[in-house]
Amino acid sequence: MTTDLTRLSLADTAKGLKAKDFTSKEVTASYLLAIEKAEALNAFVAVTADQALDMAAQSDVKLQKGEGGALEGVPLGIKDLFATKGVHTQAASHILDGFKPEYESTVTQNLWDDGAVMLGKLNMDEFAMGSSNETSYYGPVINPWRAEGSNADLVPGGSSGGSAAAVAGWLCAGATATDTGGSIRQPAAFTGTVGIKPTYGRASRWGTVAFASSLDQAGPIARTVEDAAIMTTSICGFDPKDSTSVDMAVPDFAAAVERGVKGLTIGVPKEYSMDGMPAEIEKLWQQGLAWLKAEGAIIKDISLPHTKYALPAYYIVAPAEASSNLARFDGVKYGLRVPGKDITDMYELTRAEGFGDEVQRRVMIGTYVLSAGYYDAYYVQAQKVRTLIKRDFENVFSDGVDAILTPATPSAAFGVADQEMKSDPIKMYLNDIFTVTVNMAGLPGIAVPAGKDGQGLPLGLQLIGKPFDEETLFAAARVIEKSHGLDFTPTKWW
Amino acid sequence: MSVDADTVKRIGRLARIKVQDSDVEKLNGELNTILEFVEQLSEVDVTGVEPMTSVAPMALRRREDKVTDGGYPEKIVANSPLSEDNFFMVPKVVE
Repeated sequence: MTTDLTRLSLADTAKGLKAKDFTSKEVTASYLLAIEKAEALNAFVAVTADQALDMAAQSDVKLQKGEGGALEGVPLGIKDLFATKGVHTQAASHILDGFKPEYESTVTQNLWDDGAVMLGKLNMDEFAMGSSNETSYYGPVINPWRAEGSNADLVPGGSSGGSAAAVAGWLCAGATATDTGGSIRQPAAFTGTVGIKPTYGRASRWGTVAFASSLDQAGPIARTVEDAAIMTTSICGFDPKDSTSVDMAVPDFAAAVERGVKGLTIGVPKEYSMDGMPAEIEKLWQQGLAWLKAEGAIIKDISLPHTKYALPAYYIVAPAEASSNLARFDGVKYGLRVPGKDITDMYELTRAEGFGDEVQRRVMIGTYVLSAGYYDAYYVQAQKVRTLIKRDFENVFSDGVDAILTPATPSAAFGVADQEMKSDPIKMYLNDIFTVTVNMAGLPGIAVPAGKDGQGLPLGLQLIGKPFDEETLFAAARVIEKSHGLDFTPTKWW
Repeated sequence: MSVDADTVKRIGRLARIKVQDSDVEKLNGELNTILEFVEQLSEVDVTGVEPMTSVAPMALRRREDKVTDGGYPEKIVANSPLSEDNFFMVPKVVE
């Protein structure tokens, strides 16, 4: 084979398969080989090689007959948070040791229904709690990107760090991911990939291990805006099994990608200009605005006054929901059990050994803010602030703003085992400062590569949209993708 | 508001997570750092503001009250660390 099939975009892979330029078995085998050689990235926690080749063979039969779905024969990676029938599903946690679900998540079922092939399960922060993929029971994922002239390992971001690293490192044509406070968009920004968190309710949460149910939303990480649009169309849709799934038709998002931004009003929130923001992030932001303006968008200064309260409110709401959701892991129904002198002792020992430090910290914070005497002061106050955060967005959208442009992250990828982040949990939490507002308000948000920092590392911009208007985000992100003129492929070192 | 060592142990008990004595001090510090960070919410004027109960403007769907799923206890206990005759087995709870 002369061309490396792993270097194709998802869209080109699907096209090539339909045109019979190559077979799904060939593409799948190429990816399986790439995965085998990329152990240094630690992106996969389970590789389902036999199952992948079986699925590929079935796809090839359909493709031969000119049949098959939008993703027929396209090999994908699946975040370990999604239940996959009979296959490793542990949310990268020790407490789910050996768990193999008897059912399939709706998101992954939608992908298989469209013909996609599963390569395996992707590493992540334990229970999606983290911004560097270092809280995984399976160890950190390593970013395929390195600073120019450096051999130091960088984090891929988190929690969907395995998804982002696998897509950036050509280990899958696209990946599923989830986003509770920035877990799709921050790793996408750190790896030069595209990631979108759809509107809350677009993608079913059924069969996805729950972290914070009112914030969790599934989405893709992909190499291009078009690829992300194709995957988003596939994973979204009404699901009666999720009580907050929205019964609304899913547009063909790929059809919106080349729509342009002519006449659209793009808001620039002054509150996102944080004190101490690096000059290169500010410059990137201005550059992004200039690109959108050059394509006919109207730039408008806006104010989202409650922005600074989004992260503290998140660190009440998310741990509170997590402490409730994670109550189910008790050594009885699945996974790890550590014997104790009585049942309570067994629960306590199992959870102390099964949960990592960050998960324990969040469960305890959540337990505290929900406990008698503190519920009103913390939880109710945070939910009121959340109402105000959402209202800020509603006000600017009703004033004619179509989408909002912000930086995706306050910096480029940082080093593995960063001492400052390690010693202060708040430092790590600040990674989500630009992304978390979107989850609190249930809005769609996309991260798209837009530039590089002084060390040649990717930087991303974020676009925030109106509820259920992902189409505008794909169109605007595509303008940025077309304008940057940069190559977002890391130099292979692994 | 901040927590002390006794409160850390009490939270551990409520959360059903065994907190070793040697870990109390470290956890205490970390929890207080987080609580200090979220403290700034108290400066927001929330007079007349309803707490958010649903992020999307929708009422919870209802359906007819009938059995739509089930009948496979062996699948329910399939991942259990210990089960017998399709029951989850736990240490004795009633004397």
